[in-house]
Amino acid sequence: MNEKINSLKQEVEQKLKSVSTMKELNEVKTFYLGKKGPISALSSMMKDLSVEEKREFGSALNKLKQEVNLMMEEVRIRLEEEELNRRLEKEKIDVTLPSTSVHFGSVHPLTQVIDEIEELFVSMGYDVVEGPEVETDLYNFEKLNLPKGHPARDAQDSFYITEELLLRTQTSPVQARTMDANTEKTPIRVICPGKVYRRDDDDATHSHQFTQIEGLVIDKDISLADLKGTLEVFARKVFGEDREIRLRPSFFPFTEPSLEVDVSCMKCGGKGCSVCKGTGWIEILGSGMVHPNVLRACGYDPEKYTGFAFGIGPERVAMLKYGISDIRAFYTNDKRFLEDFNRVKGSEE
Amino acid sequence: MRVSKNFLNDYVKVDDLDFHELAEKMVFCGNEYESIERLSDATGLVIGEVVECVDHPESDHLHICQVNTGKETKQIICGAPNVRAGLKVIVAEVGAVLPGNITIKKAKLAGLESNGMICSLEELGLDSKYLRPEDKEGIHELPLDAPVGEDAIHYLGYDDEVIDFELTADRADLMSMLGMAYEVGAIYDRKVTYPETEVETISEDVSEVHTLSVETKDCPIYLGRMVRNVQIKESPMWLKNRLMASGIRSINNVVDISNYVMLEYGQPLHFFDSDALGRDVIVRNAKEMEEMTTLDGNKRVLGPDDLVIANKNEAVCLAGVMGGLNTEVEENTKNIFIEAAIFDALKIRNTARHILRSEASSRYEKGIDPNRTRMAIDRACYLLNKYAGGEVLSGCLVHDTTSKEDKKISITLEKINQVLGMDIPKDKVEESLLRLGFTFEGNDPYVVSIPTRRLDVNIKEDLISEIGKIYGYHKVIGKLPVVEEKPGTYLPMSKMIKNTRKYMNGVGLNQVITYSLTSLDLVDKYVMNKGDNIVLLNPLSEERRVLRKSMIQSLIDVYDYHHSRHMDDLQIFECGKAYYQIEDEMIEENLVTGLLSGTYLSTSWKQDAMVSDFYLVKGIVEGFLNYLGLNRRYQFRTNDLNKDLHPGRSCSVYVDNECVGYLGQVHPKNHKKELYVFELSLDKLLSKKVRMVKYKEISKYPVVHKDVAFVVNIDTPSEELMNVIKKTGGRLLTEVTVFDVYKGENVASDEKSIAYALTFQDQNRTLEDKEVTEIFHKIIENVEKKCNAKLRDK
Repeated sequence: MNEKINSLKQEVEQKLKSVSTMKELNEVKTFYLGKKGPISALSSMMKDLSVEEKREFGSALNKLKQEVNLMMEEVRIRLEEEELNRRLEKEKIDVTLPSTSVHFGSVHPLTQVIDEIEELFVSMGYDVVEGPEVETDLYNFEKLNLPKGHPARDAQDSFYITEELLLRTQTSPVQARTMDANTEKTPIRVICPGKVYRRDDDDATHSHQFTQIEGLVIDKDISLADLKGTLEVFARKVFGEDREIRLRPSFFPFTEPSLEVDVSCMKCGGKGCSVCKGTGWIEILGSGMVHPNVLRACGYDPEKYTGFAFGIGPERVAMLKYGISDIRAFYTNDKRFLEDFNRVKGSEE
Repeated sequence: MRVSKNFLNDYVKVDDLDFHELAEKMVFCGNEYESIERLSDATGLVIGEVVECVDHPESDHLHICQVNTGKETKQIICGAPNVRAGLKVIVAEVGAVLPGNITIKKAKLAGLESNGMICSLEELGLDSKYLRPEDKEGIHELPLDAPVGEDAIHYLGYDDEVIDFELTADRADLMSMLGMAYEVGAIYDRKVTYPETEVETISEDVSEVHTLSVETKDCPIYLGRMVRNVQIKESPMWLKNRLMASGIRSINNVVDISNYVMLEYGQPLHFFDSDALGRDVIVRNAKEMEEMTTLDGNKRVLGPDDLVIANKNEAVCLAGVMGGLNTEVEENTKNIFIEAAIFDALKIRNTARHILRSEASSRYEKGIDPNRTRMAIDRACYLLNKYAGGEVLSGCLVHDTTSKEDKKISITLEKINQVLGMDIPKDKVEESLLRLGFTFEGNDPYVVSIPTRRLDVNIKEDLISEIGKIYGYHKVIGKLPVVEEKPGTYLPMSKMIKNTRKYMNGVGLNQVITYSLTSLDLVDKYVMNKGDNIVLLNPLSEERRVLRKSMIQSLIDVYDYHHSRHMDDLQIFECGKAYYQIEDEMIEENLVTGLLSGTYLSTSWKQDAMVSDFYLVKGIVEGFLNYLGLNRRYQFRTNDLNKDLHPGRSCSVYVDNECVGYLGQVHPKNHKKELYVFELSLDKLLSKKVRMVKYKEISKYPVVHKDVAFVVNIDTPSEELMNVIKKTGGRLLTEVTVFDVYKGENVASDEKSIAYALTFQDQNRTLEDKEVTEIFHKIIENVEKKCNAKLRDK
């Protein structure tokens, strides 16, 4: 009996060697392990054996079954591996061919600057507020201490719709609107981003439409030191940690004192270069302490409240930050220009 | 305002200062400058004397000159027509540098050695507007007493340095040399000296010749004096130089004096030819349509808002702006009536705006110190006497309603430091005030006297600003405000726009920003149900005359820009506004507008690119509405179509039965290319209340899939079938998709087949075949009945 078992085992071994497909393997498997196969036939012979022989033969037969199964499993694994390798070979592609044009839409560089500034000020507790672009003379000028006929109006040539209505020339009217709307006359901390318009011919440095971000803080005991500290935070966030700012007196009708703010040159760090025209400083924004006339015109008592205001030009910030030389690029929207900014910004070298 | 060092030095000592450093210090007092330069940049020029001058034997115009330059006599070949022996001339020696970076070298001219060059004024680099024809055509002839060998530029006064300040609108006082002197004096702690005005007068009084009547409230002060027998001639060198440094062309001694005094005091003067003027000097408003000819020869038509000086017959001067031709000071003028007046700033501003701006009007617009009016007129008399030989009449015609008192501002040290956020010591505050020339009484609180010259200092804060300037703003140490801690917030619309941008970027659209102004021709394109145009009164061009009511045209313009550069694949969007008015209300409606053209997604070397089409745009809009949480609340309708979109390839977008925008292909009549656009009102979308996201358990139970195809009339919108399927399917039908639309063989030519894949699932149990089949058959039945459809055989 054992001979039969051994020879059967050898026979299976032989058979399996020539198996090269899953189909053949299954055939071999069905043949030998099937109900009518040789192993079954052997086990049917058991009934004629003695108990002792039965046990012996039974265990030998079980062993044979296990061994056959094992052999077949090994072959299966070998075949699967071969098949996988064939498939991999077949599926091979030229990975160096160009890719599919997956595209993440770009954020306009001006919006990037505005977002960055908004987020900074919101993190310092400022509310973002907005106002109309079609503005009244009252809010655009008069409430801001620029009565009709004031020579400073010349600096802001305006597009008029009627005698009393114009396209706002600055975001400052939102200051006045915010103060007016605050009926309780409580402290204010806002920034006001938006589009503004001036009657200027478009060229590399002028645009009849541009953007501004106005900042306003009204509270008790607000001083110029608070303005400077706040703008230092702004300058360092937007232009780099090492920036310094300096205040230069100037004149804006709606602030007194009025100050131009220069930031130490982001290109040369203050040593002097072509960007800062050798001075080491770049003018970035106008600011000042809110003029008592403005506070009064908007219902705040200048004896109780003081405040500061500043106006940032996102175009100017973007031009300085990225070295853009022509303001019209922002409004031309060339996709190559837009997509150049479509990335995480690297750090300064 | 151009400030010459020599000129300024008459009023405050600056000749020992570095003018560049002074300019920088002025910047930190709020006075920026545009440029700083010397009148002439030429170097190496000396005064020479032509000792001998003979014609060049081989030239028809060259002269051989022997020129004594002090140390030696050198041969110079000169081609100027006016060169001759005995002249004192400007010699550029070998090594001299003339403007334009021209270095003078030893040269041979027509075979003869020339050791330098004799110069004309033009060659010194002076602006040609200040030069006479002879200054350009020939060499400059110096006075015969010019000292040979000395620096010619210095002798001529052309080594003067000039700073061109850009003044801020509030500093009227700096439009005068005296004002500048006070500012510089404050910085350097130096005293200001006033010019000489004392002059001997003749016994005749001005009131014997002229009478004054002021018939308008817009002339607070008018003074008139008179000078007889002036000799009109060329101005002396120093006067010409100072005017040139100040940007004013010399005319003659008399006219120059009027400009000179204006520069000194900031007080414009007007000189009339007294004889042409006649006796009466009347200050009044012009009459309606009154005409006069100004001294530039132009006829001006005036109105009651313009002020004039008139005699008995007619207006003879446009007050504060420009004199009249009839009473102009001319070569043969003998007697001069001098006006020094202050006119209402607003009136002058208006007149200057519609007629013309002048040096005088720009000063009147900003305001004049009433204490200088008399000084200026007296100064003019003094100078006319000294430099034009005039006899000054005694007396002065006076109309004066102005106050000459100093303003008083009371202020405390605490207030100063509170506003500046500094800790300026008391003595420094007092020192700053004194430097500024502001006297004070008291000892904290102070009562500070503000001289009338400082029209810009009226309130505490103005004064604090001045103290800050002198003490130095660089000393402010920044800190953050001590305020209530609270989180910052965004407006709902700001958040809406941020979300919109996030979504649009995510689906691959580039954000653009375009101009709000458009033309009247284009403003009504792509607009639905909007109000009236908001039109500018004073546009710069027809292209930008009216505020846009739709942004689609702007995006098409961006497409055209790219198309002309062979970039036809474009996916862009803009968040902006439509502007219109309904009755008197100005409306600014927030929109999001998108444009897609060409390939949306592709692999360049494969053929199966995804090209922008209606369904892509629809998908983007649908995805956006879902992103906003509006799923199941929107519909795409084919009524109310936008007339500028393709009627067969566009639809309107409804949310909660309100039209919020539209999408589709740009009408071929408007654009040749296949452009797909959408425009949605963010204001309308924001008005839709959206519930908070709530967790819904995902069903654990198996899904059942069923496919079905119907044949319907070719014009039946597929949505009709979809609606019936969804309605019939009810809660258990969790998803329906169209997986095939077929026209052609086996389907009648006026029919189409649409195939749907249905998914059934229950939240709480496994569905039984029977119930799914029941619903499925009901769906088939309803679709057949309601949509006039036939079940398509498998």
